Amino acid sequence: MRIALLADVHANREALEACLHHARFSGVERYVFLGDLVGYGADPAWVLDTVLDLTRQGALAVIGNHDAAVLDGAERTMREDAQAAIAWTRSRITPGQREFLAGLPRSCEGADSLYVHANAWKPEGWEYVATTTDARRSLDATLSRFTFCGHLHVPALFHQGSLGRVAHFAPVAGVGIPLGAHHRWLAVLGAVGQPRDGNPAACYAIHDLARRQLTFHRVPFDVGTASRKIIEAGLPAWLGTRLETGV
Amino acid sequence: MTGSARTAPAPGGSLDGFTLEEQVHQGGMATLWRVTREGTDLPMLMKLPQLRDLDEPGPIVSFEVEQMIMPRLAGPHVPRFVAAGDADGQPYIVMERVPGASLEARLGSGPLEPEQVAGIGARVATALHDLHRQHVIHLDVTPGNILFRESGEAVFIDFGLSRHDQLPDLMAEVITQPMGTDAYISPEQVLRVRSDPRSDIFSLGVIMYELVTGELPFGGDSSQAGLRRRLYAAPDPPRSLNADCPDWLQEIILRCLEADPARRFSSAAQLAFALQNPGQVVLTERAERSERAGFFSAVGGWMRYATSGPVAAWAVSRHLDAVPILMVAVDLSPGEDALSQELRLATQRIFLSEKSARLTCVTVRKTSLVTLDPAVDENGESLHMQQLTALKRWAHALELPAGKISFHVLESPDPAAALVDYARANEVEHIVIGARGSSTMRRLIGSVSAHVAAESPCTVTVVRTPETGQTPGVAADGRPEPQGA
Repeated sequence: MRIALLADVHANREALEACLHHARFSGVERYVFLGDLVGYGADPAWVLDTVLDLTRQGALAVIGNHDAAVLDGAERTMREDAQAAIAWTRSRITPGQREFLAGLPRSCEGADSLYVHANAWKPEGWEYVATTTDARRSLDATLSRFTFCGHLHVPALFHQGSLGRVAHFAPVAGVGIPLGAHHRWLAVLGAVGQPRDGNPAACYAIHDLARRQLTFHRVPFDVGTASRKIIEAGLPAWLGTRLETGV
Repeated sequence: MTGSARTAPAPGGSLDGFTLEEQVHQGGMATLWRVTREGTDLPMLMKLPQLRDLDEPGPIVSFEVEQMIMPRLAGPHVPRFVAAGDADGQPYIVMERVPGASLEARLGSGPLEPEQVAGIGARVATALHDLHRQHVIHLDVTPGNILFRESGEAVFIDFGLSRHDQLPDLMAEVITQPMGTDAYISPEQVLRVRSDPRSDIFSLGVIMYELVTGELPFGGDSSQAGLRRRLYAAPDPPRSLNADCPDWLQEIILRCLEADPARRFSSAAQLAFALQNPGQVVLTERAERSERAGFFSAVGGWMRYATSGPVAAWAVSRHLDAVPILMVAVDLSPGEDALSQELRLATQRIFLSEKSARLTCVTVRKTSLVTLDPAVDENGESLHMQQLTALKRWAHALELPAGKISFHVLESPDPAAALVDYARANEVEHIVIGARGSSTMRRLIGSVSAHVAAESPCTVTVVRTPETGQTPGVAADGRPEPQGA
């Protein structure tokens, strides 16, 4: 079983299409969406319909802070351009799509894995896992051997040995990483729809259960179109231009 | 049939389709069995770890590392990988059985002829280079872990302590002690640094020293003090123990044994070249040393180590778990594309030789002294953010991992002063900065790069665009052409 892990799609149709195409080509049989389906990008309705359709075929999805903000108006704590995108998104989605978002769980489990948007210790607090200290705090808060989250928009892999110590690893795209049996693992997925590690290509990963392997992938997508649509929609222009450099 | 080997592997037993024929080796960490499989002609060995103490994670993780790395290695310098797995809780690896004894067998019979030592050293260095090219640092290069094929190639075995630079270092969070074989490990391994291919070059230096003198350069002492001695004391020169050792071989061996990796051969290929071309070895003070390392030369070694700037900085930075910081000052003014490209190439070249460094990319948004500058442009976009984006775009082509690079936009009416202050405050060790073409104005008031070069507390590299159109050594896609082999 190969599971595609996709975080922070952020209403970016071009990026999600490219990743889904790549995943199908790579023999993926199940999809897990790790939150923030919307916000920032110009295609919330298409993204929500696509993910809803996949969940009907067995995909899992959890809620992210941008998804939650669309529902409960909690965007006041966000940066100005993010706030603007939330308000815009709210005006673009149907009651049915809103209902789908409202039904998303904060976290879910399967295949000895915890799937959550930000962290395991308090999913609704949206604190980042950015350091080995954060990673240890998150790993200590779950019994699952694997934790998959997003939120940071920068890919990272943390591993914890039997002595409890946690180490960080910066994944290399396309290189399968054996997830050894004597460790616990926490993977922070990079973003599908708004990468921020200086590489504009969409980031997602495939968890191959049979081979016990995790592979991060970088998938180029039509950045120009995604960026242009954001600007044409009247969203803050920076949300479009940043896609060009992945910052 | 599976599971029969779980309790006690025995001749005639089988595991995942392999038949155990006979046990050929019993070590502290693992046993080796000659195995066969129907339809496979290759002579094969099965390695089974001894997992006696399940509370001690080291051996288990070490075997896991070997299972992870071996399938990724190919070529004549490693045993061909056949299979790895975990049959009912019994982990195993099956690999090609390379006939012949290990290099250890050559040690008992006293010093070898220098030419023989150079020949063996060159073959091992060639194998090391092949390993390093496949992203693996062995980290346990000892005579017992080196075999030779009948065709002459050196073959490495035992990757339980190795490091693959594209995979997580599982040993890193398990180890509490320096890992490796005490007599052979490098100073940086004593300090638990596991990311430098030149550690393997040090270990090969120990082996060649042993082959040519019959003695170990730092003894077999496994005490902390014994291990640390290699951080500051140079070994007795090989010629003081074996007068037949030529000066060029002493030069090579002592260069391998430098405490500072930067003073060793920068690649195993360069070491192999030197061993194969004695006439081209540049002899330095190392070749001339004749005194045994008594108290004074030991102190001298320590003094050299402690007082030479970069070496001391290296040792200290390793101790502090920090890394050297390289700063590149980028001019984002329009019309500086050629210089910007040259600056990128220079940065890449420096990074090639200083892989552990961190890069901080800095640009200065020049503000006016007297008027209040706008923070946004006419479209309302943050100028600071625009500069940051442009800076990241500039750095993107460097292809550095995210954790190794940071970005800063300084705002100052005096760019040179801002850059120097930044370098001072952040312990920057090396600044790379571009120099724009000359103009009357610049000659009169002095350029930013000249100010930075004059006033910075560290090394400064000033980059210029070549005067003619052609940039030497640069391929059409703008990347530096590969050096040497």
